Amino acid sequence: MADLTSDFIGIKSPNPFWLASAPPTDKEYNVRRAFEAGWGGVVWKTLGEAGPPIVNVNGPRYGAIYGADRRLLGLNNIELITDRPLEVNIEEITRVKKDYPDHAVVVSLMVPCEEGPWKDILRRIEDTGADGVELNFGCPHGMAERGMGSAVGQVPEYIQMVTEWVKMHSDYPCIVKLTPNITDVRFPARAAQAGGADAVSLINTINSITSVNLDTLVPEPTIDGHGAHGGYCGPAVKPIALNMVAEIARDPETANLPISGIGGITTWRDAVEFMALGAGNVQVCTAAMTYGFKVVQEMISGLSQYMDEKGIDSVSDIVGQAVPKAKNWQDLNLNYVTKAEIDQDLCIKCGRCYISCEDTSHQAIAMSEDRVFTVKDDECVACNLCVNVCPVEGCITMRELSIGELDERTGKKVEEYANWTTHPNNPGATCG
Amino acid sequence: MSHIPSLPDIAAGRCTSEEISERFSDLHPPLKHHEALVAADRCYFCFDAPCTIACPTSIDIPLFIRQIATGTAEAAAKTIFDQNILGGMCARVCPTETLCEEVCVRETAEGQPVLIGQLQRYATDTVMASGVHPYAREPKTGKSIAIVGAGPAGLACAHRLAMHGHSVTIYDARQKGGGLNEYGIAAYKAPDDFAQQELDWLMSIGGIVIETGARLGDDLSLTLLQSDHDAVFLGMGLSGVNALALEGTHDGICDAVDWIESMRQSPDKTDISVGRNVVVIGGGMTAVDAAIQSKLLGAETVTIAYRRDKGAMSASEFEQELATSKGVHILFNATPETVSNGAITFSRTGTDEQITLPADQIMRAIGQKLESASADLAIDGGKIKVDENGRTSVKGIWAGGDCASGGEDLTVTAVAEGRDAAEDIHANLMKGS
Repeated sequence: MADLTSDFIGIKSPNPFWLASAPPTDKEYNVRRAFEAGWGGVVWKTLGEAGPPIVNVNGPRYGAIYGADRRLLGLNNIELITDRPLEVNIEEITRVKKDYPDHAVVVSLMVPCEEGPWKDILRRIEDTGADGVELNFGCPHGMAERGMGSAVGQVPEYIQMVTEWVKMHSDYPCIVKLTPNITDVRFPARAAQAGGADAVSLINTINSITSVNLDTLVPEPTIDGHGAHGGYCGPAVKPIALNMVAEIARDPETANLPISGIGGITTWRDAVEFMALGAGNVQVCTAAMTYGFKVVQEMISGLSQYMDEKGIDSVSDIVGQAVPKAKNWQDLNLNYVTKAEIDQDLCIKCGRCYISCEDTSHQAIAMSEDRVFTVKDDECVACNLCVNVCPVEGCITMRELSIGELDERTGKKVEEYANWTTHPNNPGATCG
Repeated sequence: MSHIPSLPDIAAGRCTSEEISERFSDLHPPLKHHEALVAADRCYFCFDAPCTIACPTSIDIPLFIRQIATGTAEAAAKTIFDQNILGGMCARVCPTETLCEEVCVRETAEGQPVLIGQLQRYATDTVMASGVHPYAREPKTGKSIAIVGAGPAGLACAHRLAMHGHSVTIYDARQKGGGLNEYGIAAYKAPDDFAQQELDWLMSIGGIVIETGARLGDDLSLTLLQSDHDAVFLGMGLSGVNALALEGTHDGICDAVDWIESMRQSPDKTDISVGRNVVVIGGGMTAVDAAIQSKLLGAETVTIAYRRDKGAMSASEFEQELATSKGVHILFNATPETVSNGAITFSRTGTDEQITLPADQIMRAIGQKLESASADLAIDGGKIKVDENGRTSVKGIWAGGDCASGGEDLTVTAVAEGRDAAEDIHANLMKGS
């Protein structure tokens, strides 16, 4: 079995799988169960300032989006930060860290955007033995209305300012958790780095309304006849998170800024994808909330098998491997030509490829009277839609035309690499 | 098939080699990759899963199915083998309809369980086809253990002991190892010599030697084994056959287990004689296996005669339906009374009503019993008495599988008992070291 030990900004854990700051990490009881189940670390559910505890709604806190067979694909929540007294959380964090010295325990924090409260909360947690802090600049509901959470994360200057306070008043490794509810994630990441952050973590949840009840015409989840937007997470948000992680990893200004990847990670494959695009480790929440803490066993065995098969010695060797291959559109090879091919032995003759192409794309698939589907190479633009809608994995594949081979659609032979920056149709092309 | 009536009462060659080969192919063909993913997707990853609880070897079924779903069938196989080193055979022969799949929550919700047995086969086949044996032996302990019987219990015990670094010698009365996997179970459940393939794969861990042709009681005595080894495990199964009192004489009576054994060992089965009209007496898996295979070999009529009613039959509903789907007739509440060449007469159990059936061949499948147990070993219900760790009444001797008390007579139960006894033997031998 491969060595899965992880070192993220100096914080060591038995594996790169941490539980994100969220309901699963709200209490000592849960966190102990998580460590016993195999999780490498936790980011404790966000602590607020001392004083009267946070108040939560007493109706539904979650709403869900389902795929076929009621598979939970997306989860929306309107829960706030921990609603338990600060002292209780601090006692529990201290006890847990003492009993699990080899596991990562990071404390998530969210207090008003003033130096005093930040200085105070850092002082209060300094004896817990925690490995680091994560600044919650991400939660999009409730706390944001009070000038915290994503309200801070949406203003790069605030991110930098608070990060500077945290680095000034503590020695903790500092992770800044970013909100995806912005237009360009590179700016908050750069601000965190400018403020002295040791790492960023992303994404936090996305503003969302899961559904509307069509009998009552009220948004869901519904609290006494009304609904409010919540934060969306789970497998559905993974592509958005992957892109944001990659944006930061390939931004020259933040290329060396460590990233903790978050967003719909459900299997070992998801985790490796995040790490390949630059995440030093990953944080998980929805998968644990859907399947229980035991789900980490599949992540551990899967990552281990992958590393063994690929001859990878260390988790850190995966990190960033795909970053150089994540480009802007204009850098893609416009002379790369592929054609769809349908494996007639695998085809079950459902006709989905045909109708999606015929109705909505390029009329590039022919259908015979006896339901045999074939690709018309002279029409196929290789859009991949047929591959995407085909219910049988591997039935439709894209065949790459080699250089010099005739593209029947254009009547031209395939040429060497060339991209938009040099294309004759591009008014701004650098050369012809 | 036109040649059937022309052959006399009991004859070989009722079917051609090609016909037999086709009829004896896999009962459940292996799942293709796509089918496996679709099947795996249906698992809910239940907590404290009913399927795992129902499995005698406690395989973590939700975990291995999730590992298949995420593209790591090898990891899935490891999850299975950790609990059940004969997971490949169990995937083929387990009565899943009365174990894991019976309690699957999808069975409760939709009447369609997750295909656990076939998914288990998908995972284990993947690893076995690659030739990889995913276990290594711990450093040698210098301890030696004798195992009697190279069936599922003995092999599971041997493998676990070998993993712990012990040296194991298995003594088996027959010419090949595998026990009932090789000689007993229905041919269509483990075609392509799977029992021997699995045996070779299991043995590749090293540290295990099989001595064939060594039957307890002949040149082999428990006393000798005890003096030559640090511990002894008995897993020799039930080699005796229960007696059946019948009035009259009949030239075509045999024991179903003997007939199945010779059939299993025949390369193409064209040399196996089967009656034109076959009657199998019994109500268990052996009766069903003998009846179905008689039919597949070309018997014209095959009847399973069972003395009690349908609900009391130990062969599962699935097995009963399998038999009837192959054209086997099941006669319930029939107590055999008299035989004469070509016929058998039953009474309706508990009544005077009589039924006479044509019977060129009569197979007895009314259960097996322990043979050649040492007089020193305590017996419980006709089997070697063992405690929850597989310890017999004699210090230094453990037992498991069909020859030992407790548990159903199933391959999977034998594996669990062999494995658990190995752990207890290991703990005992290493005490204080």
